[in-house]
Amino acid sequence: MNTCAQTLVSLPSRSAAACDSPARRLPGDLAIWFFILAELLAFGAFFIAYAFARANNVELFNEQQLALDRNAGAINTILLLTSSYFVVRAVQAAEGGQGRRAATWIAGGFACGAGFIVVKLFEYAAKFAAGVSLSSSTFHMFYLVLTSFHFMHVILGLVILAALWNNARKGRYGPGNMNGIETGAAYWHMVDLVWLILFPLVYVMR
Amino acid sequence: MQTRESSARAIQHSDHGTPLRATVIWVVLIAATIVTWSMGENGSSGPAVVGLLFAIAFGKGAMIILDYMALRRAPLMWPLLALGWMTLVCALIGIAYWKGLAA
Repeated sequence: MNTCAQTLVSLPSRSAAACDSPARRLPGDLAIWFFILAELLAFGAFFIAYAFARANNVELFNEQQLALDRNAGAINTILLLTSSYFVVRAVQAAEGGQGRRAATWIAGGFACGAGFIVVKLFEYAAKFAAGVSLSSSTFHMFYLVLTSFHFMHVILGLVILAALWNNARKGRYGPGNMNGIETGAAYWHMVDLVWLILFPLVYVMR
Repeated sequence: MQTRESSARAIQHSDHGTPLRATVIWVVLIAATIVTWSMGENGSSGPAVVGLLFAIAFGKGAMIILDYMALRRAPLMWPLLALGWMTLVCALIGIAYWKGLAA
C-alpha cells in the first residue's frame, strides 16, 4: 500500500494536506535493493576489467569481436526489453487491482526470458563448435565469463518470474499487497539493465 | 470531506506510471537497440561513435532505472545510486577506450 494511504488510515485528520503529493517510496523489499546494488557493482567491475583488458589488446579484441553474432545479441536485447515491459504491465495490473491479469503479463515476460536462453544456447553452441573456449584468447575468456555470468542471472530471474506467476494466478497481488511482485520485478529489470551495457560493450564497441 | 478526497487521491496515485508511458518507453528502447545494432553491423568505430553508443546505452539505462524500476518516485538516494553506477561505468569504459586509442 502507498505510504501516504497507510498514514491516512492511521492518522486521517492530520495528514490529508501533506498527502496531496504522495511520499517517495522504494518499491518492493529494501533487501532486494541492496542485493541489486551488489550485483551492479560486480557487473560494473567485470565491464571495467573488460574495457581495460581491451585497451591493451585492441587489435585482438576488434578482430575476434567481428566473429560474434550481433544479430543474436540484438534479438536478445529486444527479448529482455520486451520481457521487462511485460513485467512492468504486470505490476501496473496488480496495482490497479487486476491481480489475476498480472499473471498473463508475467507469463509473457517469462516467455521472452526463456527466448533469451534459447538464443544464447544456440550462440554458445556455434561458438563452441568453432573452437572458442575460456583459454582460446583473452577476448573469448571475457566474452564467455561476462555472458555466462549474465546468463546465470537470467536463469535465476526466470525462477523468480515463475514464482510471481504462480502467486499472481492465485490472485495474491493487488493494491494492498505489492511487495512480492515489486521485489521480483526490480530484480528482473536489473538483469535487463546490465545487458544494456554488456551488449554495446562486448558486441559493438570497436 | 477534505480528508476523504485526499485519501482517494492517494490510493489512486500510481507508483508505476501508466501503461501508455510504459509502452512509449518500450518503443523508444527498441528503436535505440536497432540503432546500436546497426552501428555494430556497419563496423562503425572511433571516439564519436563510441560516445554515441554509450550515450544511447545511458539513456536506455536511465529509462529502465527511473520508469521500469520505478525509482523516479523512490527516495532520491536510490535513483542517484543507480544513475551514478551507470555514469561511473560508462565514464571508465570511455577512459579505457581512449587509452586503447593512444596505445
